[in-house]
Amino acid sequence: METQEPPQVQPARRRVVEILLGGGLLASIVSFLYPVLRYLVPPPVPDLGGDEVVACKTGELKSNGSKIFRFGNRPALLLLTAEGEYRALSATCTHLSCTVQYRNDLHQIWCACHNGMYDLNGRNIAGPPPRPLEVFQVHVRGDEVVVSRKRGA
Amino acid sequence: MRLLKHVHNWLDERFDWAELTAPLRKKSVPVHGLSYWYFLGGITLFLFGVQICTGILLLLYYRPSASEAFESVQYIMTRVQFGWLVRSIHSWAANLMIFTAFAHMFSVLFLRAYRKPRELTWVTGMILLFLAMGFGFSGYLLPWNTLAFFATKVGTDIAGQLPVAGKWVMIFLRGGEEVTGATLTRFFGFHVAVLPGITTVLVLVHVLLVQKFGISVPPGVEERWKGAPEQAREMKFFPSFFLRELMAWYIALAVLGALAAVSPWGLGTKADPFAAAPVGIKPEWYFLFMFQSLKLIPAKVWFVDGELLGILVFGVAGLLWLLLPFFDGCKGGRGRRLIMGAGMFALGFIVAMTIYGYVAK
Repeated sequence: METQEPPQVQPARRRVVEILLGGGLLASIVSFLYPVLRYLVPPPVPDLGGDEVVACKTGELKSNGSKIFRFGNRPALLLLTAEGEYRALSATCTHLSCTVQYRNDLHQIWCACHNGMYDLNGRNIAGPPPRPLEVFQVHVRGDEVVVSRKRGA
Repeated sequence: MRLLKHVHNWLDERFDWAELTAPLRKKSVPVHGLSYWYFLGGITLFLFGVQICTGILLLLYYRPSASEAFESVQYIMTRVQFGWLVRSIHSWAANLMIFTAFAHMFSVLFLRAYRKPRELTWVTGMILLFLAMGFGFSGYLLPWNTLAFFATKVGTDIAGQLPVAGKWVMIFLRGGEEVTGATLTRFFGFHVAVLPGITTVLVLVHVLLVQKFGISVPPGVEERWKGAPEQAREMKFFPSFFLRELMAWYIALAVLGALAAVSPWGLGTKADPFAAAPVGIKPEWYFLFMFQSLKLIPAKVWFVDGELLGILVFGVAGLLWLLLPFFDGCKGGRGRRLIMGAGMFALGFIVAMTIYGYVAK
């Protein structure tokens, strides 16, 4: 049997063909990868909760008690101080995003993951947290405790 | 370029690259007027690759439960960037792959490439075709829309008509007595784990067998070449045939991209298990010829159930088709003529019944 050998081509013409083929191949690879890379990035999740949420009914929390509630897509912490004042803060630790809790024995906010401590104003006072917790506004409207984002925050 | 050479040398020192790639360099493809049919297997393999890639991408957002499946596909198609394209390509490539697999099967049949020593290549190929249809059937349900729901109900019900094991098979497929979320979870498992696993192994065996026996020359051409050996032509598989195959893949990709972009795959409405079946319910086109034939068989043939008779006939036909090369050698030329006749009949029957299924009310 005979084998068909590719005919000898002049180097300059071969170079042009190589550039055309290589360029075409590269362009198609880019055109496959671009949609795939865009596809891999998940679409942003809308903040469903809006800027205001009913955290609980008045009387639900005992003095020096607390509750974690849903604020948009993230957990938030509502607490009733011994003085009878409501405080609401983001419950996401600024260190590595664990959910913090209110320690009614210490009167402080504590993150169990790496022993981070915040005071009731959200200031980071001990442990690894680098920033204070975001503080929200609390209003009592009728028998509902309403938490909202501070304006301009 | 120097880096490539360096990598090549590194590999060569350790694995004897030249010896490893020797079979590839030795491999050749016969050149004759019917050589174009050799591309079909490669195109099917390419489309299978497209299915793996787009399937993995869909898995990133898809949720396999009755309450979330439809919404997650809707989310992929409307919210995820290029999600409509990925899903559309997955659906279109599935259909094209079944089509090219059927075309590959018939080309192998009519060019008699299944004959000794390639019987097992045919058998593995036929099993792969059945698996591809299994992929189609299981994947069809995953978006959990009305059409898919009822197609699955009918399809699994047909399996339930089988004698002896029918009921058991139906319950196994459905994950219960009825088509429910349990069926969806099961089909999802078949579609993304069981079938891909078996298929990958079989594709490897199939390709290795092709490699082992080389590419078949059609008997007519072989005869001619025997009489005049100077007319025999072949080309190197690598790079000559491989580059041509790549071009064929490019064309397949262009067709696929055009179909997916111009005619994106629809989603339909969410399945409601307690709603009546919609009018004109039909399976995917590659099941249509069987669906239509079953519809034509009367309820009772002599004393046998019509449905059951239809299923048995298709079952036996499928089994004979699988074992087809083994009849080629029997009784001189009679077996061969029988196979060619059966091939013509099957092709005509499938085409006619599919068209009839489309136009029939």
